[in-house]
Amino acid sequence: MTTPLSAPLEISFDYTRSLGPVLSQFMTGLAQRTILGSRGADGRVYVPPAEYDPVTFSPPAELVPVGPEGTVVTWSWQPEPRDGQPLDHPFAWALIRLDGADSAMLHGVDAGTATAMHTGMRVRPRWAAVRTGHIRDIACFEPAGNEAAGPAAASPDAAVPEDKPDPVTMITTPVRLRYQHSVSAEESRYLRALKEGKVIGQRCPACGKVYVPPRGACPVDGVPTTTDVELPDTGIVTTFCVVNVPFQGQRVPSPYVAASVLLDGADIAFQHLILGCEPDAVRMGMRVRAVWKPPEEWGTTSENISHFEPTGERDAPYDSYAQHL
Amino acid sequence: MRDVAVIGFAEAPNVRRTHGTTNGVEMLVPIFRQVFDLTGLTRADIGFWCSGSSDYLAGRAFSFVSAVDAIGAFPPVMESHVEMDGAFALYEAWVKVLTGEADIALAYGFGKSSAGDLRRVLALQLDPYLLAPLWPDSVSIAALQARLGLDKGMWTERAMAEVAVRSRAAAISNPEAQLSGTVDADELLAAPFVADPLRAHDCAPVTDGAAVVIIAAADRARELCERPAWITGFEHRIDSGQLGARDLTGSASAASAGAAAGASGVELAELHAPFTHQELILREALGLGDSVRISPSGGVLAGNAMFAAGLARIGHAARQIISGSAGRTLGHATSGPALQQNLVCVMEAR
Repeated sequence: MTTPLSAPLEISFDYTRSLGPVLSQFMTGLAQRTILGSRGADGRVYVPPAEYDPVTFSPPAELVPVGPEGTVVTWSWQPEPRDGQPLDHPFAWALIRLDGADSAMLHGVDAGTATAMHTGMRVRPRWAAVRTGHIRDIACFEPAGNEAAGPAAASPDAAVPEDKPDPVTMITTPVRLRYQHSVSAEESRYLRALKEGKVIGQRCPACGKVYVPPRGACPVDGVPTTTDVELPDTGIVTTFCVVNVPFQGQRVPSPYVAASVLLDGADIAFQHLILGCEPDAVRMGMRVRAVWKPPEEWGTTSENISHFEPTGERDAPYDSYAQHL
Repeated sequence: MRDVAVIGFAEAPNVRRTHGTTNGVEMLVPIFRQVFDLTGLTRADIGFWCSGSSDYLAGRAFSFVSAVDAIGAFPPVMESHVEMDGAFALYEAWVKVLTGEADIALAYGFGKSSAGDLRRVLALQLDPYLLAPLWPDSVSIAALQARLGLDKGMWTERAMAEVAVRSRAAAISNPEAQLSGTVDADELLAAPFVADPLRAHDCAPVTDGAAVVIIAAADRARELCERPAWITGFEHRIDSGQLGARDLTGSASAASAGAAAGASGVELAELHAPFTHQELILREALGLGDSVRISPSGGVLAGNAMFAAGLARIGHAARQIISGSAGRTLGHATSGPALQQNLVCVMEAR
């Protein structure tokens, strides 16, 4: 068996989140280089602040400034930082109990080498040059009293009085993940056949239905679909919609028609574009034919078929596709 | 309430990488066949299906819907999904059978961990305001926990290595294990750190896999299985999501779930401990003494299929009863960073 096709897939999204009253104060404080903790009903100070008291479950009565220095409670060494982490050279992760706090917060420590790290060491925050009210306003922590870290640790605008800031109420956190996305063995055969200008489906050995693209398992019977069936590139429109709304990434100017096309001999329709006629001429049961891109542009992709267009044949009777709606 | 028992279990090979899709169908179709052959059931006998998987692991939305192809869901079936380990899907299935909504239920979990960078993907299960934006990876967080115990003298690097030694030796008899063999602690301790203080042997290997468990109500269980594994306790608990606000050297949630489920007196426990020191924490929290056999399957240090491994622990623990080699066993599943969430299922022969 040949190896299934796979390709890199990168997905990204900027998550925006509202902060609520407690984290809003915390993040607003960070933008001002102040770290706030919450005092609980038991007198303990939680940093980061607890949105609800862990003992009484009521909102915290007060937020109090802590630190800025603190003590490393535990640490681990990150020899190969990964995307998005606080530092891009080797650093320590640490739980840090800030002065005046009873719980510890997680952050990175720029210690240079693992041998410079030890439990109980004193650290201080290194603030980001640009602060927006985000946990990343603390760029990282660094060993306290370490003059070698001096220039980066200095706070050039520390003496500048800051006006009472507008509260930060939202944060944005970009998330980007990379995958190697694989298609199934059956989909791979389908895509490789498309590269040769052919459309193949698969027949379920139990119910005899033909699925295109092939699915690997019959959704009715739950058995693997094994028999390939070559299908023509003609079929009918079972149902359709007229797209009038522009959207990001749109490649065909609207209005245009997206339709479910049932290839002749197939038992499941797939979605494709209907071009080559006015949108208002498209109708259920209309006979259509695939319009292929020039063969030199073919790859292992569904995009080899540019779109479908009307054949001009007589419409299929409703009963012939009613069960596929 | 009626009695419910585990009557069947199967798992896919725990491999470093499959060529299959992230929707799990290629791993699920063979193990569904195995578990139906084992129990003599067909899919028409299943009154409720529940799956555990993750879209972040798959890198696509609604990946579990494609997995439903593997179960043959037409005409429509009663089905549900949890974005958690399949063990939590089994919990939902157990409630469905307990309450009489179904007589026979099937839970499955699957995950293709190799599709992305698992250590980064798992950062997305953290608090999205304070932790996830720093992208702390799963191994680094576990390493923070390990050092706390080392500093306090609660365990040693050697004791951690001994957990790995036992796990790999036990896995020799598990044909679906990814890591197995005879190693000694000195050899393991000579290896460099992956994330000081953790070495490679301290961390479960990245694993693709899937697992399936079938449960049945009393009468059906007796008909279908000579020695059903009767569920006598099934509990789950969660700790704070803030890593610095709880004692990471213990597991309050595991202790609470274990006490409620009746963990004391089990002969054997299959523990979901993705890091060596976490097995030591769990033994303490669940009160498992030296006489209790720990993870004879090799546990997840021999193969940790995300979203399936916890369910597989319950399956392995049940199999020990079904096969007649144990009378009272425990399956454990964890989720979240540093053992944040814990589930305990206690089973016995009758």
